[in-house]
Amino acid sequence: MSLDMYAENILDHYRNPKNFGKLENPDAKFKEFNPLCGDEYEFQLKFSDGVVKDVKFNGDGCAISMASASMLSEFAKGKKISEVKKISEEEVFKLLGVGISPARIKCALLPLSALKNCIVNTSDV
Amino acid sequence: MFDVDKIRGDFPILKRKVNGKKLIYFDNAATSQKPRQVIEAMSDFYSNHNANVHRTVYQLAAEATEKYEATRGKIKNFINAKNYEVVFAKNCTEAINLVLHSWAKQNLKTGDEILLNVMEHHSNLVPWQSLQEKGVRLNFADITDDGFLDKFEEKISRRTKLVPLTHVSNVIGTINGVEEICKIARDYGAKTLIDATQSVPNMQVDADKIDCDFLVFSGHKTLGPTGIGVLCGKREILENMPPFILGSDIIKEVTLTKSTFTGPPHRFESGTPCIAESIGLSAAIDYLEKVGMKNIRRHEMELTEFALEGLKSFKKIRIYGPLDARKRGGVIAFNLGDIHSHDLASILDEDGIAIRSGHHCAQPLMRRFGVNAMARASFYLYNTKEELEIFLQSLRKAEKVFKL
Repeated sequence: MSLDMYAENILDHYRNPKNFGKLENPDAKFKEFNPLCGDEYEFQLKFSDGVVKDVKFNGDGCAISMASASMLSEFAKGKKISEVKKISEEEVFKLLGVGISPARIKCALLPLSALKNCIVNTSDV
Repeated sequence: MFDVDKIRGDFPILKRKVNGKKLIYFDNAATSQKPRQVIEAMSDFYSNHNANVHRTVYQLAAEATEKYEATRGKIKNFINAKNYEVVFAKNCTEAINLVLHSWAKQNLKTGDEILLNVMEHHSNLVPWQSLQEKGVRLNFADITDDGFLDKFEEKISRRTKLVPLTHVSNVIGTINGVEEICKIARDYGAKTLIDATQSVPNMQVDADKIDCDFLVFSGHKTLGPTGIGVLCGKREILENMPPFILGSDIIKEVTLTKSTFTGPPHRFESGTPCIAESIGLSAAIDYLEKVGMKNIRRHEMELTEFALEGLKSFKKIRIYGPLDARKRGGVIAFNLGDIHSHDLASILDEDGIAIRSGHHCAQPLMRRFGVNAMARASFYLYNTKEELEIFLQSLRKAEKVFKL
């Protein structure tokens, strides 16, 4: 199962993560860190009229967490703030498109936590 | 005669399968597996000799006390620590905190310095950081790119009062010249604390020869149970140290408002001690002495040399620490291409191989090498070359999966 996790798209997102970098004057940012493994991600967002106008993320971690962060950044861009607040864990697994073994679930969900904590205090409008 | 198959037969867990594959346990720097002799000794204690220790008159308690106390003498013989008292703590980290609380806080003052280095385990770094509140200054010796202490003597001075130092690095395996450094420290009037958690289990350690002031090691890394760490301290230093944890058993006389305390080592062991654990550690030491520490060191060096040769054949491998197996313990930290160590450990786990990934409780060391994480394989007396072949094969698989 472990080897199935490292599908072509996962490796691609790992090596060429989408929206990787920093925003100038982000409207919101949040850094999430897992001290047990050292994975660390910061999401930065810009809003306009209740919509996520721009997303960037930076950080370091394993292939699963990096792919998750990259895919989430693409998914969140252009979505309503209220929609981003509702992104579920299931959605993350769907985006990844591969079976995630129990030991790696935390890796897949760390970026979601960073993204949601980024937006938690932002009003929907 | 070192018979690895016979040794393996003594470790019940080595019969286990993981993901349908034979368990290949390469995380001995984190904890060691236990021979049935250790498991049986603890089981025997609880089945036949269990009672609380000290100050009792009945037979069972006398047996329990005798077994518990016997471990001290055993340790003194095992690591030639005749000039030391043996104190038990819950683990090695607690043993270091004992020295922090009962020696360092009492004896260090503003302007004093502690000389550390960038390869220390967090347990031999974080405690000393707290002394900065008192105006104690922390100095750090760097390491060279191949993992050796760099310009250590240039950093020591008359203001240096303590040198905490690892004997063998739990990450890069470097074996430090502890005897020489303790002599230098002594010349400068500094005390020394040697973290021997990765040396005592794996090679012959001679505490009297090293002549440090404090030495700590861990029961569970030495084939013993969790729940017991050992502090060896020079008696004259321990005599002048106040208790660490306060309560029963450390006392001479107790009134409602005052107490007087007994001498070392019992002064530092408050409450019901780790009785069964001490007995387990005793059995572990018996086992190691029967195999022979020189044999264990030789076996581990052979494995390490074989592993290093194998790893070097990977184009994109990065090995941290000395490349000479004689200059390192059986611990190898490495990275392979841009594969995150977490992913590497995951792929190896599919093949039943247990290695550790992450910062290994040494974040400053990771930073020194410019990485966030490393993979780490660490060996012990029950590991084999056959296991290493499977490990190297598994790494080749990871290479393919990640298209390196």
